[in-house]
Amino acid sequence: MDRRDYPTLFLLILPAALVFLAFFIVPMVRLAFVGASGEDGLAAYVSVLTTPRHFESMVATILLSLGVTLAALAVSTVAGLFLVRNRFPGRETLISVLTLPLAFPGVVIGFLVILLAGRQGLIGDVSQAMTGEKLVFAYSMAGLFVGYLYFSIPRVILTIMAAAEKLDPALEEAARSLGAPAWRVVRDVILPALKPGLIASGAICFATSMGAFGTAFTLATRIDVLPMTIYTEFTLNANIAGAASLSITLGLVTWAALFIARSLSGSTVAASG
Amino acid sequence: MSSGNTAVSLRACGKTFADGTRALEQLDLEVGGGETLVLLGPSGCGKTTLLRIVAGLEMADAGGRVLFNDEDVSARPIEKRNVGMVFQSYALFPNMSVAENVAYGLRVRRTSKPELDARVAEMLAMMRIEELAERRVNQLSGGQRQRVALARAIAVRPRVLLLDEPLTALDALLRDRLRVEIDSLLRSLGITAIYVTHDQAEAMALGDRIVVMSHGRIAQIGTPQEIYHSPANAFVADFIGTVNRLPARFFPEQAGGSAELLVRPEDLDVVSAAEADFTGRVTSSLFLGNRTRLVLEGIGPEPLVVESALRGRFDVGTDVPIRVKREGLMTLPDDRRSSIENRTL
Repeated sequence: MDRRDYPTLFLLILPAALVFLAFFIVPMVRLAFVGASGEDGLAAYVSVLTTPRHFESMVATILLSLGVTLAALAVSTVAGLFLVRNRFPGRETLISVLTLPLAFPGVVIGFLVILLAGRQGLIGDVSQAMTGEKLVFAYSMAGLFVGYLYFSIPRVILTIMAAAEKLDPALEEAARSLGAPAWRVVRDVILPALKPGLIASGAICFATSMGAFGTAFTLATRIDVLPMTIYTEFTLNANIAGAASLSITLGLVTWAALFIARSLSGSTVAASG
Repeated sequence: MSSGNTAVSLRACGKTFADGTRALEQLDLEVGGGETLVLLGPSGCGKTTLLRIVAGLEMADAGGRVLFNDEDVSARPIEKRNVGMVFQSYALFPNMSVAENVAYGLRVRRTSKPELDARVAEMLAMMRIEELAERRVNQLSGGQRQRVALARAIAVRPRVLLLDEPLTALDALLRDRLRVEIDSLLRSLGITAIYVTHDQAEAMALGDRIVVMSHGRIAQIGTPQEIYHSPANAFVADFIGTVNRLPARFFPEQAGGSAELLVRPEDLDVVSAAEADFTGRVTSSLFLGNRTRLVLEGIGPEPLVVESALRGRFDVGTDVPIRVKREGLMTLPDDRRSSIENRTL
């Protein structure tokens, strides 16, 4: 690039840089300072490790997000591959129904989970009719898991379908001609080809689950995921410094996950061409 | 190679796809052990479907059987048939190096490490790609990729080698070079091979026998010479090389009962007026280096294509005397039969 281009390039990047500064850097720095302004000072930042309630909440959130991510990847890979490879009446409708949750806010999804597994829910009614005992799990981690899975699947499925469409069917046929049984074809051919897509959509899925609030807030009561903890510290306990430090920590963990995923998929993309 | 002499027989194999398309009419086909059989035809003629039935990637319609020697493999999927396959798109695994690609079939078979390494080295040496062993597939040219694909396919000592338009994606020069290499490879391995192509030059060069296909049927089976010099019907005559049609009145004895005679451009010689069978007016003259391709009018109902190795210029509009090599005159068996039938009616 020519050195003379620099002033022009600087002018071109300026609007984006200003927006970034005003709405991202400044609030973040302010948030970081607020986090350290409480009576504990900088120690607030380790509260996520030292305060048992915060620590448990962090671990629970990470485990939930990981679980949702893995389940969403597994379900979407199978469904996505099926949808790409088979043509049947109603296929287009099925795809649009599967991707519908993208349009729903978290609150609506929470409400759907309650309708499904709440005290008046469908699963409760059916289980009562069958066993006499009412199965209710909407207001627990299980309910949150179902809700998050519900809105994670479309994100993953669209990415997988895009990647699977580009997969050369001859690759699988070549592996099979060399004697590879089905599981080896999946392991050696299909998954490596889908890997960049799986990592990218998995990271998005994880990050979304880490920070999702609406669904948790709707189901509430006994759920203690990190965004809920932040909300509680902020509104009920008026612990603004604590809420700010937890926010920063949540942001860092999520960012780290995205960063790792990016570098992982980057190297696989480079390796696989 | 010990497994190099597997004969392949297809018995009553047809293929109708789920949507009702009839890709292949029911047919029988025998491929001798060690033979290279070329399936030749335009796209949509069923040649690839036939290959995929032998491979086990498609199952023939009910009643069809595929035999390797006398063993019925009809019910076996491709992974149990021990065939080697080479694809037009190369189909190399992008997540593996060249050596890993070649080793894949051996790894699947749990070959011991020393044997595997030796075999991979042998294959790379045979295809002269040793220096590419550690390369990634995306760092290779098209020709190199297809060499790797060949090495991978033969590394497992397949019973039959199946090649689906392996040279189609390459440019002309590379195609010629690799064609020679594939030919010598198939001869030296003595392996039974089925080769699908739409390129008649490739078919002529590689095939012990050629199966010309059209609309899901076999139009003719024969050696390249038979196919070229005694085409069984109009489709084969037109598909292989260039062919001229002459009215039977020019050579009634050679024509037998046929209404027309066929003759190849190279069997028409430009001669002096005294020796000529007829003269034609040049409407197009194309200098090709080693020969000149002329299009003549004024002889039969159709223009005549002549290839002459004579030096000298042929100007458009001039009259050229032509002599026909008698041994080059061909008639179509179908045509003869139909004209005899017409006459008896």
